[in-house]
Amino acid sequence: MTALLVKGGRVIDPAQELDHVSDVLLEDGRVSRIAPGLQAPGSTVLDASGLVVSPGLIDIHVHLREPGREDEETIQSGSEAAAAGGFTSICCMPNTDPVNDNPAVTSFILKEAERRALTRVFPIGAISAGSAGERLAEIGEMVNAGAIGISDDGKGVMDGQLMRRAMEYSLPFKIPIIEHCEDLNLSAHGCMNEGYQSTVLGLKGMSRTAEDAMAARDIMLAELTGAHIHIAHLSTSGAADLVRQGKSKGIHVTCEVCPHHFTLSDAACRDYDTNTKMSPPLRTEEDIEALLEAIVDGTVDCIVTDHAPHNPNEKMLEFDQAPFGIIGLETALGLVLTRLYHPGLISLPRVVELMSTQPAQLINQPLGHLKAGAAADLTLFDPDAEWTYDLGKTRSKSRNSPFHGTALKGRVAATIVGGKIVYQSSEYFNE
Amino acid sequence: MSPEAIAPESGASTPPTSRGGPVSFNAKHLLGIEPLSVDQIQLILETAKSLREISTRPIKKVPTLRGKTVINLFFEASTRTRTSFEIAAKRLSADAINISTSASSIVKGETLVDTARNLEAMAPDVIVIRHSSAGAPHQLAGSCTACIVNAGDGAHEHPTQALLDALTILDHKPSLQGLRVAIIGDIAHSRVARSNCLLLGKMGARVTVCGPPTLLPVGFERMGAPDGSLTVTDRMDEALEGADVVMMLRIQMERQREAFFPSVREYFRYYGLTARRMRSAKPDAIIMHPGPINRGVEIASEVADGPYSVILGQVASGVAIRMAVLYLVIGGREQAPRVAEG
Repeated sequence: MTALLVKGGRVIDPAQELDHVSDVLLEDGRVSRIAPGLQAPGSTVLDASGLVVSPGLIDIHVHLREPGREDEETIQSGSEAAAAGGFTSICCMPNTDPVNDNPAVTSFILKEAERRALTRVFPIGAISAGSAGERLAEIGEMVNAGAIGISDDGKGVMDGQLMRRAMEYSLPFKIPIIEHCEDLNLSAHGCMNEGYQSTVLGLKGMSRTAEDAMAARDIMLAELTGAHIHIAHLSTSGAADLVRQGKSKGIHVTCEVCPHHFTLSDAACRDYDTNTKMSPPLRTEEDIEALLEAIVDGTVDCIVTDHAPHNPNEKMLEFDQAPFGIIGLETALGLVLTRLYHPGLISLPRVVELMSTQPAQLINQPLGHLKAGAAADLTLFDPDAEWTYDLGKTRSKSRNSPFHGTALKGRVAATIVGGKIVYQSSEYFNE
Repeated sequence: MSPEAIAPESGASTPPTSRGGPVSFNAKHLLGIEPLSVDQIQLILETAKSLREISTRPIKKVPTLRGKTVINLFFEASTRTRTSFEIAAKRLSADAINISTSASSIVKGETLVDTARNLEAMAPDVIVIRHSSAGAPHQLAGSCTACIVNAGDGAHEHPTQALLDALTILDHKPSLQGLRVAIIGDIAHSRVARSNCLLLGKMGARVTVCGPPTLLPVGFERMGAPDGSLTVTDRMDEALEGADVVMMLRIQMERQREAFFPSVREYFRYYGLTARRMRSAKPDAIIMHPGPINRGVEIASEVADGPYSVILGQVASGVAIRMAVLYLVIGGREQAPRVAEG
């Protein structure tokens, strides 16, 4: 029997409305007891005084690039970056090569994760075969193999009828349909947000309406079909309003927001730094305000990274030719604490809800809480620690982040998956 | 023979001044109009005026940039601009090398940065770059020690065009201050429009840009002077009303396919410049075009070839501006160019 005693931390578990200094005893990969002054002879003791102890963080939107682009990221390296960022579970998007549109690829990811990943890995299957937007992928087969949701992430499903069929067909499987909302005709050839900044820079813009229009269609289809639509990486004030309205009408719509979208505006593209290029693009200050409001009022269900590693050779291209996407696993918690908690917008329990409790519910997994018998997935973090993000130390195989050298307040101290310490910061623990 | 007799034109050998005192260019690159101060713009214009005379001599060459190497790195087809830069370099005795290559790093199999580093190894003093991607000169400037001159990057900027346009206007008008300038055509895809709005805004002109709403980009009204004097309109008569200067922009035929407007015929009906339309402008208004012109698409031949057209004057100004720019970025930051024949 293996036991780990996490002593003296501030235990925050919104699922049980817990928020007090306590000890947590983990036995055989499960949460055993939470109480002050626990003794467990023979167990390993981790001193968590001064730290927050929360259910493990869950990122339901990550690109691991394996199979196909192992030069950019692997399931192993991505999970190492996740663990260093405090994540105990990650969901990987299907736009690999080959696309995860069949049970063989789903099974490969799970087997590879079992052998090499530090965290739990949940595959997301494709909506359409090859994510080509033409016919349905084998959704049931992928769910049977372990997929927890479907998405054609990277582009929107342009065919409304196909989207309707995907929603209807998926009903018995009780999975979220995760949509990258982008009308590809409206955003055609764009490489940043359409607005004053794109006009000044002479770069083709992607209109916010390209996101809003598809979000509106999908929410209406969710109303029609009763399916669960989850809006991926929501970035506009318009889409936030649509989700808010949809929820008030009782439609099963949820959404996620990325830290970069509430931290940087399109003004960050001024130096043509390709690490400010992602899809959806960095929007305007007004959108940032709207996202913050939507996070505060509960419209936003979870925070995700959209961790998208790219080979540096490709990010060295001209801005309009460089690929979309940035890495984000190791900066997410720091940005959330810096941008949302420290300015007083949300509380620490709310941070845990947005990064653990609610994402677990969205993917229908019995995670995101510390009830007795739950998986012993924990994140220990110091909400007040000041540090500077250094890309040179990233665990990811890629280096495409606009946050190199950014000062952050709030830092991961240790990550525990299934009762095993998979990451601990040398700032807090001597290994 | 007195020393004055050697100097071909009075003032040609005195340092260009602005606001009463000598100024220095003090910039290593010319990436766009946006980062330039009014003083820097004036210095370039004054320097160009003093260098212009060289092109009228029987022997059109001075030794000012002897031993300097200028690479014209053109990733996009161009005859006029490339030739203009080449002539400018040669008239100052610099060695000019032209490289024309495929625009796309992906097609070429070599990134822009790698191309730049290879050229850098040959120790050029200036790299003049034309590229279809906005920001390419900025990326080059970040990875090179040579001076970078932007000869047009995507739909971003074309600073030497705006400078030569200003020089041309000043041949016909006493000052840019308060001048009414209409810029008409495909504003969305035009680096010429952007650089001109920025320059004219800084110099106190009142600019109106005009085109079909599909070719007017979001937020363009903020591109001009900080006082908000830039006007955007989709009505050509409104743009021409009382104009001192009319700048027409080239319409790319492929914009029809992209549904920006239905046909060339219809475009010309609403946004083509005709002698009749010119009656709205001031009687002494001048007509400009960055070229190459599409006769019958954005401008009627009668107007392009008419008495108020200064289109060929723009081409001549181009050489002088590019001589000034090459001279100033290479290091003529303090002293005046040596224009004595030699």
